[in-house]
Amino acid sequence: MATSIHASASANENICARNCPGESALTTIRVATASPDKGEYVATAALEGRAARVRTHRRFAFLRRILDIRLVGPSLIILLIVIVSALGAGLISPHDPSTQDYTAFTQGPSLSHPLGTDDLGRDVLARLIYGARISLQVGIIAVGIAVTLGVTLGLLSGYAGGFVDDLIMRFVDAVQAFPTLVLALAITAALGPNVANAMIAIRFVSIPAMARLTRGQTLTVREHEYVTAARVIGVSPLRIMLRHILPNTTAPIIVQATLLIASAIVTEASLSFLGVGVQPPTPTWGGMLRTGSQYLETAPWIAFSAGTAIFLTVLAFNFVGDGLRQALDPRLRTRR
Amino acid sequence: MKEYVLRRLVSMVPVMLIVSIISFSLLYGLPGDPAIALIGEDVGNEEAYEAIREDLGLNDPIWVQYGKWLGRTLQGDLGNSIRTKEEVTDILLRRAPISLYYGVAGLLVGVALGMFGAIVSALRPGSKLDVLGTLTAMAGIELPSFWLALLLMYLFSLTLGWLPPSGYVSPFEDLVDSGKLLIMPALVLGTGSAAVIMRQGRSALIEVMSQDYITSARARGLHERTVIVRHAIKNALIPVVTILGLQIGNLVSGAVITETVFAIPGIGRTAVESIFFRDFPVLQGAVLMLTFTVLLANLLTDLAYGYIDPRIRFR
Repeated sequence: MATSIHASASANENICARNCPGESALTTIRVATASPDKGEYVATAALEGRAARVRTHRRFAFLRRILDIRLVGPSLIILLIVIVSALGAGLISPHDPSTQDYTAFTQGPSLSHPLGTDDLGRDVLARLIYGARISLQVGIIAVGIAVTLGVTLGLLSGYAGGFVDDLIMRFVDAVQAFPTLVLALAITAALGPNVANAMIAIRFVSIPAMARLTRGQTLTVREHEYVTAARVIGVSPLRIMLRHILPNTTAPIIVQATLLIASAIVTEASLSFLGVGVQPPTPTWGGMLRTGSQYLETAPWIAFSAGTAIFLTVLAFNFVGDGLRQALDPRLRTRR
Repeated sequence: MKEYVLRRLVSMVPVMLIVSIISFSLLYGLPGDPAIALIGEDVGNEEAYEAIREDLGLNDPIWVQYGKWLGRTLQGDLGNSIRTKEEVTDILLRRAPISLYYGVAGLLVGVALGMFGAIVSALRPGSKLDVLGTLTAMAGIELPSFWLALLLMYLFSLTLGWLPPSGYVSPFEDLVDSGKLLIMPALVLGTGSAAVIMRQGRSALIEVMSQDYITSARARGLHERTVIVRHAIKNALIPVVTILGLQIGNLVSGAVITETVFAIPGIGRTAVESIFFRDFPVLQGAVLMLTFTVLLANLLTDLAYGYIDPRIRFR
């Protein structure tokens, strides 16, 4: 089926259709959309229509396949809750996160404060809901930028080779030699403790993993016939990197990015917990845990709420990342 | 072998150089002028301020400052603490053994728990015990150390009252008290490694158990325990050692958290404290020392392969 759909597509897709029969429909479609040299499409309208139906069908199949993997379903539900909390904090939060209730300091869970109040009489649930914003913001934005930079460095390093490769990889080695948290601490300390700087620190420590992964992928992909073919017909190196190599390295990059989001959330929480990350009164999970650690005996609900939120979110990102890895890699599909 | 060690050491040089540039340039940009922090009561006294800046070398161009700093660092002179005026090297050398004490304990806990879990899981792959173990390991890898530390503290100190919540006593002073204070931090430090070791050890063991020499050992009528301990585990250790080497970096990151939570006066806590006091020579020294430890651990891991697996020849 795949071969007939892609029979008339570009050489690039042909190779994939022939060589990777086990690859998911999503991957082949991604390849197709990534290099839509439209002039080369000679497929009839009818065939296009059929292909579209197959694509939709296959996309659902992909969704079903990933949902079949252990714990991916519950993880997606947790992530959905976190995302909804972050986006709709103003609508769903029962209280304002910074309003202090002078009649209720460190009060246990009750009807008006389902998760209790903190040392300043602020609603823990409200702070938890607003805290999701920082975690997600740091996780997604910082990792997003880190992925962009890391992938660029990795592509350059892998494709150019030689001196450029050596230079980039030695830098990556050096950054990776630092223990992650120690480096993040030093960067945040140097720049001053706030959200933006915590994000810069997290971005910096996330780049090496991405660069190394992309470089490895690039080294493999650049040896494929279609890359050689493109080079022979005089396609520019930039175009080869962006149009031919990058689209074929995306699956592991997506997986790695999901896992990086989890570690970014932990790093941010660690920084805030140590008091050098996002500063109070901004509600963050790490900051709440810091407060909670001081009131562990008298108001354990502060630490418990924040700790559980961090743990579940991080775990969910990891299960989804692992699920994506299994769903995207045809070799892993049978083992579970 | 000697040549290999030498080559590995030489290859560490450019990395260390970049590490030194990063550490230097990071901390050069620390907010707040250290001269102002030092001047204290004398705010507004331009002369005293300039004298301090000159004394600290803050008026030199940045590359001169780096060159001087690198030269001194290579001689083991990391400068003086801005806060206590003490030599940074002295502070670090006094605190390093404490971090090492906890680090080694954490590593031992990690290896013991991890290998135990790996063996239990690998003996019956697919069993309920195996699934439980694998899921626990997965959770253990992701359990943030600060959260685990607080959970343990809540359970063992505040609720059950079995262990003191935090503090440090030297094992030479009082072995029992020191041991009690060691349990929770070692557990926190070891959990992440244990989980990783368990996962890696499990798959390595499962693979080894299907090898011919295991079948032949069994056929010779050896006791199952002998087969596992003498034949299987030793061969499953190679990937575990690799992972162990990579864990040192995480262990160091974990030390920063555990030392802060449990009030242990080690290098990690020194680093965090120096940030609050804007004591950048101390922070710089701590960062360099921790990073150097990780690099050294990676080197030792490489060399350990040859010892465990004589088939590996260093070229």
